[in-house]
Amino acid sequence: MSAPVVNAAAADDVMAGHVAEPVLEVQHLAVQIPVADGVLHAVRDVSLSVPRGETLCVVGESGCGKSLTSLAVMGLLPGGARRTADRMTFLGEDLLSMSPGRLRELRGNRMAMIFQEPMTSLNPSWTIGDQLTEPFIRHGKGGKAQATERAVFLLERVGIAAAGRRLVQYPHELSGGLRQRVMIAMALMCGPELILADEPTTALDVTIQAEILHLLAELQREFGMGLLLVTHDLGIVARVAHRVAVMYAGEVVESGPTTAVFDDPRHPYTRGLIDCIPIPGRNKPGTPLGTIPGLVPNLVGGITGCAFRDRCAYARAGCDGAIPVQAGAHDHGWRCVLSESVADSTPTEVRA
Amino acid sequence: MLRFALRRLLLALVVGIAVSAIAFMLLRISGDLAIALAGEDASPADVERIREQYGLNRPVIVQYGEWLWNAVRGDLGRSLFYPESVANLIMTRLPVTLTLSAMGLVIALLIALPLGIIAALKRNTWIDRAALGIAVMGQAMPNFWFGLLMIFLFGLALGWLPVSGSETIWHFIMPAVTLGWFSAPVLMRLTRGGMVEVMTSDYIRTAHAKGLPVRVVVLKHALRNAIIPVVALCSVQFGNMLSGSVVTETVFALQGIGYLAWEAISRRDFPVVQGILLLVALFYVVLTLIADLLNAWLDPRIRRG
Ligand SMILES: Nc1ncnc2c1ncn2[C@@H]1O[C@H](COP(=O)(O)OP(=O)(O)O)[C@@H](O)[C@H]1O
Ligand SMILES: [Mg+2]
Repeated sequence: MSAPVVNAAAADDVMAGHVAEPVLEVQHLAVQIPVADGVLHAVRDVSLSVPRGETLCVVGESGCGKSLTSLAVMGLLPGGARRTADRMTFLGEDLLSMSPGRLRELRGNRMAMIFQEPMTSLNPSWTIGDQLTEPFIRHGKGGKAQATERAVFLLERVGIAAAGRRLVQYPHELSGGLRQRVMIAMALMCGPELILADEPTTALDVTIQAEILHLLAELQREFGMGLLLVTHDLGIVARVAHRVAVMYAGEVVESGPTTAVFDDPRHPYTRGLIDCIPIPGRNKPGTPLGTIPGLVPNLVGGITGCAFRDRCAYARAGCDGAIPVQAGAHDHGWRCVLSESVADSTPTEVRA
Repeated sequence: MLRFALRRLLLALVVGIAVSAIAFMLLRISGDLAIALAGEDASPADVERIREQYGLNRPVIVQYGEWLWNAVRGDLGRSLFYPESVANLIMTRLPVTLTLSAMGLVIALLIALPLGIIAALKRNTWIDRAALGIAVMGQAMPNFWFGLLMIFLFGLALGWLPVSGSETIWHFIMPAVTLGWFSAPVLMRLTRGGMVEVMTSDYIRTAHAKGLPVRVVVLKHALRNAIIPVVALCSVQFGNMLSGSVVTETVFALQGIGYLAWEAISRRDFPVVQGILLLVALFYVVLTLIADLLNAWLDPRIRRG
């Protein structure tokens, strides 16, 4: 293991993944939402990068700002939310200063998003066919006939039988799983370079979750797209992700190549998440997963120091101050005062 | 869709028969018609003769059956005042009221839809509040007062529009605005409410994510869903305009159904009153049917119900 770097500029590069010509690059993204009792610092410091044709998985507990991060990239934040970043580019083009018109040219065309809510993400009043062909026609990829042809091709590709007949159906005639497949096909219509998939299977039946995630990973390889996949399924992450970014309380707390993060987690939170993965044979199906004890801090008004320190078994003096971003080999970075592997550290006290 | 339509049609038929019965019964229980017909100072023998002549001594159910059977064939009896059949009287007046109400509804929608959409898109800004202010003003002003104001301004002071009669389309403009203006606020509020709700829905976010222009997101994806309850309300409003045109028709001296009804009531011309009651009730039934079918056409989820 190389010595930790506490040089700020170098550390920034490390947390972002520092790769040549990324399809998406985000540096120090923050999202603030005014709420009843103040300003919610929902996303505080997120840097990430998706290289062309690679998969970045974003993991973290619910509420840590994963959805807002992807929505911020797409420019789809809820009204009132404030977005700031040092840098946010799509294939080198600045997303922060982009005109609404240019953004509309990219959205649904070269970057597409698949949402967490398949049941409500399709318009109940228009047919599947109309909604599928719409972005293709709108972005000038071809006429109605070509659009329909591509829609049928993609519906079949995402595993929908009798695709031609589906085109005249309405969303309410389809199950959640089918609707999410339609959303995936819709995202692929214009052959995007980047797909943002925000927990695409969380709302679905467990029996088809893995199948859909594998389908996404397969499509990512087949079409050579960049994929930013937000998911809870660490088993899938281990198999499909090139890189992983672990988020906690609005920050990326650890990121790096999948093998490095899984084999040698440096942040106690990452370690906690990995310990919660059910292992076939050891955990009987149906038994509840392990969870990290404690509660996520309230981010209204912001927070100083490490946001995880109240739940951390390794918390020590210095955790309430500025936390260094440290770097290991292969662009492996983490935001913690610990520099050695979590496995080699001694817990300060056990908190429950 | 066909099964849905047939079921609604059957329901409409049942409701139609029920309202015709109510229209008939209401007049029977409002007083002794024979006395009303014979006049205040008629002798009991005269009243009895009238009772005989009009068949009022038979059981009510028989009278209703006969009236309904005749009504179905288009015979609503004869007016007691005009030397004409009730059906004829209504038919000559109906186009005026229909034109007035249709124009009123169009004007109401022309005011309500754009205002409602803009208010929803500019929610909680001064534009929203201004639109709401216009709406409140419309509801606060009595129909006749607004009508008179317009007559004074555009008819007398400026001389742009004719103040009474129904000869040309220009004659209908002021009364239609009066009617429409009154209906616009409730339609506008419903449009605004629907749009506000729909614009925050997930499928609107999807529409934005597809890179669609705002115009397409609003008019194709949002309005199509927000309009569904507005359509239902439109038919109710149209029914209200048909039956509520009494005041407007009186103010502008338009010879429509409302005017006829007002005349007939003051003259105790009960076959005419009965005929108009039946007609207006049937209009409501037909409008509800149309609204149901339109809703089903707009909202695919209803079609299979
Ligand atoms: N529109 C909103 N208004 C107020 N708070 C929001 C809104 N959207 C998200 N949040 C809050 O921001 C935080 C992060 O949300 P989100 O990005 O959806 O988390 P995740 O996707 O990781 O579960 C949560 O605490 C959530 O409650
Ligand atoms: Mg989420």
